Amino acid sequence: MSDVAMTEVPPVEPAATAPPPRRTAGRRRLARLEPLIWLGPAIALIAVVVIWPIVAMVQTSFRNITPLGIDVGSAGLSNFTQVFQNPNLPGILVRTVIWVAAVVAITMVLSLGLAQLFNQRFPGRRYARWAIIAPWAASVMMTALIFRWMLQPDNGVVYVFLHQLGIVPTFNVSQPDWLGEPDAALACMIAVAVFVSLPFTTYVLLAGLQSIPGELYEAGRVDGASRWYAYRRITLPLLRPAFAVAAVINLMNVFNSFPIIWEMTRGGPGYETSTSTVFMYDLKGTFVGQAAAMSIVNFTLVVVIVLVFLRLNRWNRQEAY
Amino acid sequence: MAVRAAAARRRLPSLKTSVIAAAAYVVAVIFLLPYLEMLITSVRPSSELYGRDYLPHHFAWSNLTNMWGSAFGILSSVRVSLEIAGGATLLVLLVALPAAYYTSRRRFRGRAAFLLLVLATQMLQPTALIVGIYKEFLSFGLLNINPVWSLILVNAGFNLAFAIWILNAYVGSIPVELEEAAMVDGNGRLGALFRVTLPLAMPGLVTALIFTFISAWNEFISALTLTTSSSDYPLTVRLDSFIGQYTVDWQHLFGASVVATIPVFILFALIEGRVVGGLTAGSVK
Repeated sequence: MSDVAMTEVPPVEPAATAPPPRRTAGRRRLARLEPLIWLGPAIALIAVVVIWPIVAMVQTSFRNITPLGIDVGSAGLSNFTQVFQNPNLPGILVRTVIWVAAVVAITMVLSLGLAQLFNQRFPGRRYARWAIIAPWAASVMMTALIFRWMLQPDNGVVYVFLHQLGIVPTFNVSQPDWLGEPDAALACMIAVAVFVSLPFTTYVLLAGLQSIPGELYEAGRVDGASRWYAYRRITLPLLRPAFAVAAVINLMNVFNSFPIIWEMTRGGPGYETSTSTVFMYDLKGTFVGQAAAMSIVNFTLVVVIVLVFLRLNRWNRQEAY
Repeated sequence: MAVRAAAARRRLPSLKTSVIAAAAYVVAVIFLLPYLEMLITSVRPSSELYGRDYLPHHFAWSNLTNMWGSAFGILSSVRVSLEIAGGATLLVLLVALPAAYYTSRRRFRGRAAFLLLVLATQMLQPTALIVGIYKEFLSFGLLNINPVWSLILVNAGFNLAFAIWILNAYVGSIPVELEEAAMVDGNGRLGALFRVTLPLAMPGLVTALIFTFISAWNEFISALTLTTSSSDYPLTVRLDSFIGQYTVDWQHLFGASVVATIPVFILFALIEGRVVGGLTAGSVK
């Protein structure tokens, strides 16, 4: 096979130039198909795993499918109207906004500090950096389960610790625990989501910090700039691209986050701790058509969120200069 | 040089360095604490499972051997998870390598469109498409055969972008002249690819493969959706099914979690410095 490649592309020919002129028509057609040979498998995989599901999802959203999975005909727009008329939807959407905004904002702010800390030189830095990747490497569902266990009302270490500090007066299994109270449960799950988002975000910002040339700081020092001034005037503006990339990726990850809420509360009681992603998954169990409609709503929401963020970011950048 | 290193060792770190190091160590420990609790719970004897001490009075190391009993299904789930993660990794290798090599070395019509398609898949996640994925594989009848095949496809598909970006960058950093020299020496283009380019791109390749393996090993929502029979559960779905039981078998649940997590920590530590590039390359371009 390698011999064929040899005769087609003379060895001295730089790889990126046009194909040599003297060729039969058949060969030329073959050359035009060449990209397909190399890219075909990737395109096929994307078609099966991404494009086909999108088509299937759109189709399903207009079908009337019974809870037993039998397609009984077209539903028109009724899947969408039923989702929009669902009395739980307003609460779910508000919670989704709180969830995404809180997790991403807290993660970004904490990561700025962590990146700054882990960018300093100190003995054992390598091992300390390894330690903070733990929640990134581990399965999110397993991390969520350990937090659920640590928040067991009668014996969870979080309560044990807070009891020792005197913050939690008594252990009481008859009282609803934090994960049983919607607001407290949401706060706990936001904390877990921040915990698992921090390593990736910190690493992106660390890479951003490392790309800032040290001479800039030296120049600043010569000009008598204070550390805080240098941070605001050199570090933050130059960190903006890394910050924007991390924020957009986090926005999408957190919006689509499923295992944390699923493992800690299953979205309940009722839908009182569900975000729109968990709500969509729950609908799938009974009304696939409505779940598909909800997926399309979610899809649109993500696109809108990302576009708004990018616009805000560009606007910010113009303000800064 | 040895003398200088010894001198540096004798010099004590400054106060500022000590404060920074102490803060960093505290942060590092906080990040590890939940996983330490995972380990401690996995060796709690059942009589002390609900104890309020940080550590049990004695450690039931036997939990870590008992949990492999067939009643828990953990052993079969480890096998399924290995099949899915191994299969997805192999598929990503076969699919991403030619695509990354070609897009890095050649300029052709449709190149930009292809890279945009790859970027779009990276923006999406299985969660966003789960209803469509479910309906698709249901209509293919693939779920009735063996959901492992479907899960290999899904995991490979959603990790393809990462592998393409990182391989693209590594291949792009290898001078074309090296390949040409190899071709002058009598290797074909494929010979040059395998004898010159691949060995030089090895760090990128290893990063892509390890990352795919870990993501597929940890993947939850597609596995939860596409597996119906208990014998097909990968580890994540198996642990989820523990939660539905009347009495949750926490110590075995976390025993399995520890076994699932430790190899992943080690693998991830190997590629830690190179992962960010693959995850953000697409969005920067």
